[in-house]
Amino acid sequence: MKKLSARRRHPLAAVVVLLLALACTGGLYAVFAPADKAQAEETAQSLTIEEGKKLYAVGCASCHGTGGQGTTDGPSLVGVGAAAVDFQVSTGRMPAATSQGAQVPRKKNIYSQAQIDQLAAYIASLGAGPSVPTEEQYGPEGADIAKGGELFRNNCAQCHNFTGKGGALTHGKYAPTLEGVDPKHIYEAMQTGPQNMPSFPDTTLSEQNKKDIIAYLNAVNSDETVNPGGLELGGLGPVSEGLFGWIFGLGGLIAIAVWVAARTAKAKKS
Amino acid sequence: MSTTETTESRSRGKAPAGERVADWADGRLGIYSLAKANMRKIFPDHWSFMLGEVCLYSFIIIILTGVYLTLFFHPSMNEVEYHGSYVPLQGTLMSEAFSSTLHISFDVRGGLLVRQIHHWAAIIFLAGMFVHMMRVFFTGAFRKPREINWLFGFLLFVLGMFTGFTGYSLPDDLLSGTGVRFTQGAILSVPIVGTYISMFLFGGEFPGVDFVARFYSIHILLLPGIMLGLVVGHLILVFYHKHTQFAGPGKTNNNVVGMPLLPVYMAKAGGFFFLVFGVIAALAGIASVNPIWAMGPYRPDHVSTGAQPDWYMGFAEGLVRAMPGWEINFWGHTLVLGVFVPLVLFGLFLGVIALYPFIESWVTGDKREHHLLDRPRNAPTRTAFGVAWVTGYMIMLIGGGNDIIATHFHLSINAVTWFVRIGFFAGPVLAFVITKRICLGLQRRDKDKVLHGRESGIIKRLPHGEFIEVHEPLSQDALHTLTAHEQYKPAEIGPTVDENGVERKVKGSEKLRAKLSKSYFGEEGQIPKPTVEEYKEITSGHGHH
Amino acid sequence: MSSQDIPEENLPAEQDAHVAVADEKDPFADPGLPPHEHRIQDIDERAAKRSERTVALLFTVSMLATIGFIASFVAIPHDKSIFVFPIGHINAMNFALGLTLGAALFCIGAGAVHWARTLMSDHEVADERHPIAAEPEVRAKVMADFKQGAKESALGRRKLIRNTMFGALALFPLSGVVLLRDLGPLPETKLRHTLWRKGALLVNMNTNEPLRPSDVAVGSLTFAKPEGLEEHDHDFQNEIAKAALMIVRIQPDDIKDKRELEWSHEGIVAYSKICTHVGCPISLYEQQTHHVLCPCHQSTFDLSDGARVIFGPAGHALPQLRIGVNDEGYLQALGDFEEPVGPAFWERG
Repeated sequence: MKKLSARRRHPLAAVVVLLLALACTGGLYAVFAPADKAQAEETAQSLTIEEGKKLYAVGCASCHGTGGQGTTDGPSLVGVGAAAVDFQVSTGRMPAATSQGAQVPRKKNIYSQAQIDQLAAYIASLGAGPSVPTEEQYGPEGADIAKGGELFRNNCAQCHNFTGKGGALTHGKYAPTLEGVDPKHIYEAMQTGPQNMPSFPDTTLSEQNKKDIIAYLNAVNSDETVNPGGLELGGLGPVSEGLFGWIFGLGGLIAIAVWVAARTAKAKKS
Repeated sequence: MSTTETTESRSRGKAPAGERVADWADGRLGIYSLAKANMRKIFPDHWSFMLGEVCLYSFIIIILTGVYLTLFFHPSMNEVEYHGSYVPLQGTLMSEAFSSTLHISFDVRGGLLVRQIHHWAAIIFLAGMFVHMMRVFFTGAFRKPREINWLFGFLLFVLGMFTGFTGYSLPDDLLSGTGVRFTQGAILSVPIVGTYISMFLFGGEFPGVDFVARFYSIHILLLPGIMLGLVVGHLILVFYHKHTQFAGPGKTNNNVVGMPLLPVYMAKAGGFFFLVFGVIAALAGIASVNPIWAMGPYRPDHVSTGAQPDWYMGFAEGLVRAMPGWEINFWGHTLVLGVFVPLVLFGLFLGVIALYPFIESWVTGDKREHHLLDRPRNAPTRTAFGVAWVTGYMIMLIGGGNDIIATHFHLSINAVTWFVRIGFFAGPVLAFVITKRICLGLQRRDKDKVLHGRESGIIKRLPHGEFIEVHEPLSQDALHTLTAHEQYKPAEIGPTVDENGVERKVKGSEKLRAKLSKSYFGEEGQIPKPTVEEYKEITSGHGHH
Repeated sequence: MSSQDIPEENLPAEQDAHVAVADEKDPFADPGLPPHEHRIQDIDERAAKRSERTVALLFTVSMLATIGFIASFVAIPHDKSIFVFPIGHINAMNFALGLTLGAALFCIGAGAVHWARTLMSDHEVADERHPIAAEPEVRAKVMADFKQGAKESALGRRKLIRNTMFGALALFPLSGVVLLRDLGPLPETKLRHTLWRKGALLVNMNTNEPLRPSDVAVGSLTFAKPEGLEEHDHDFQNEIAKAALMIVRIQPDDIKDKRELEWSHEGIVAYSKICTHVGCPISLYEQQTHHVLCPCHQSTFDLSDGARVIFGPAGHALPQLRIGVNDEGYLQALGDFEEPVGPAFWERG
């Protein structure tokens, strides 16, 4: 507070206050302004769906069928919802390469967010499914980290490891690392169960549960996470610890033993 | 008598304080005769002779840090709600063991460091013992008179494994709890008595409320107590037998060449303790080990992928993972081969290396003392056997980490498991054959070097245009070193008729021994070392080729 | 050792004798210990002084490091974290204490070893070895003494004493064995029963609410516990270790096993979460293949085919819990598991 009062007399203070006031007014107007007519909204919505359909025909239809009914190369998208589209396309998993390995990997996303929204709107129009979560749903406010930890260990750690470092599944499939994954995508993955991951719908894992899990992950697996003991060694447990102990611990000690036992250089006539 | 004593003590009374203290102690403990034998005891210098010291020192470090940890650790499975400094677990239900370990890690200043020193030292202790054991094996240092000390060392390794296991199980975290669950499942697989042992060990059904307290007394008292005794015995025998040495000029089977304990070895060995401690302390300051807060408290219905034991139990883990799921049901009973076979194999595989010295001495029939070490190449069959054993061990270590290997090398976990299943049988055989060939190749090269000298790198052109490399003759030092090893003759079965012409029965064991001896020391087993005659014939002739 | 610099001509000559083959008769014979060669420090006092200073410096650094250790202990707040490249965000105190303690110890060791290597005598000495086995006379004496002792004890003659003594010594350890009896109860049928019983509701582990069939979607994974079991219960750990349940929903057409279909409710199947191998909570469910993998030893079960084992070391299928719906529309158990859950054991049958 002291800092703030000291800065009140700053020459730029007036400008800042003015700007804040303007921003507030604009924001309030946006909130309280009379809503557009429902008609216009519907038109905009159907326009989005139209756009999405075009994108779908180019990028998705060859595997998922022209109407999203699915083919031998790709599952039906009827009823998967906007959340599934947002997850699959934003993380670059879809569209998938024609010949993938055991599972479709995460890669660079080639669509803009607007295009993804259009695609999502189109797929959502094929059949009801989970919609894209809002910031409020996956944000950190009101989350219980400890509860999230317990939920994570019950529902997620078996595949994704204690702190979300990933792990192996059968025949080359794997649970990917959750490091650096957008909270929104984690939420969507839980909702929709992409590829071989089972889904955790709100009926069995409530919205609050999901929020808790995301908050826990953010606490233990983000760039800011503190590893009190030092090098995390991949967070993989005893395998990497053993390797490190052998190579740097015992290896270092053997190097020292060589020095201790070596003969000291002898004086020689030059 | 009494007068001489008084005068003696009076004359000693003028001596410096240090001497007076020593005299006092000698009069009660007889330290002078002990010091006479040991103060200037000779220790040979070689880096590989210090591997045992790595183990001894890490053992001492483990004891020191372990005592510190007991001051704060609560070996109790009472459920408490956590309210310490680590935020992501606040309000979580956990055992007191787990919460006190969190307390040590987050609220005791330096507690985390000591915990990490303790754990890193344990990892290095076991790794050190493994390498030390292999050094002793591959140089034949286990031969008479050191077989008992070999067994002491082996026992220390095995007990170390179980001390480590009971130790990392104490915090009652999700990872170690999973390991304890596995142990309980393995115990259940033991025919007839399995369920009883399990009920008795855990005080009822798993997990119960007893095992942390029980593991605690095993971990801090029972096993380390036995180990301490074995370590002392091991060291006494090292002193008594005197250290082995490699062959070389002036180094014979009847002497030991090196530096005296006081002062050189006192400084080197004493200094090495501080070096080992220093490295481990720095390691504990830099690298995290067993971060139990990231794993959370144990619940029998929770688990994480990548559930592995510490490295020294990885071999057992590999056996269990690679085993097919065989189960036999008969007369209302179940024989759980899928778990019990690995359990038995674990003991057998380790037992083989423990008994090897006795097998070898039976094959050679050699009753003499051996103080000169073999170069591994000069005992090809032994070396090949050792490498085969290590190969089997390593393949099972891979098996124990098959999921981590699958994810990090983008392989199928099923493929890795199949590789391990086949590799466990094929790997050692392959390793045996290859190692033996390499040893024989090296023996041939040694022979060439002795007979034709060492390659000088100088190329000479002969008058008729041929290019040859000039070979320099070796010094006598080198000649001696390269030919100092003994070579056994393959054992024969002996006459099958006794002196009266009566045919005697040749025992099966005798035949086996002759056969083994032939494979050890026959034409396929070793390259005859160069003789003086061969050497003279070549050197007296037409220069070196 | 002389304190003055040793002139050049006092340097040891090249060891000619050890280059050429000296022994004409046996070129492989042991030439004996090579003569001692001097180190620079032995003949150059300046070099020796340098060594001395190095050793002293190392010991001094050690002292400073110990002071640093104490200072870190006192000055650094124990929960302060710092960013150290390339390690990451770590606890400042642990890092400081580890490095200062490491340096303090390492420098003592390095100093001592450098001292030993450069300034202490490096004359190699040979110690004689003596055979370990006793001389024949000693052996004979020991044998004779033993025989005499044995004879005087009359142990061989008075068989009654000998036999009863062996009997007593053999029996008394039994007391110790008996004392172990109360380590735990007898197994009886404890491993055969769980908290599941007819009418017990399937309570969702996440929300602590009973489950309805409509809650469980195809492709989803849910874990349940029997109604009435709470985390705070004193026997929670023991009970959940057996009762933990894994619930998935499979299109009834995809269920290959007839009994599995019968025991399910509209494709909702409930299996024990405890692996039949050694008891890990198995739950790596692949919703497209219906395979479930154990993270501990990779046993793989097919949930669409009676949870039979398709890979790995487990010996038998996961036990299935027979479920139905009660009057209020909640999922309920129709009895306990029909076989013991978890790892197999001798009496399992």
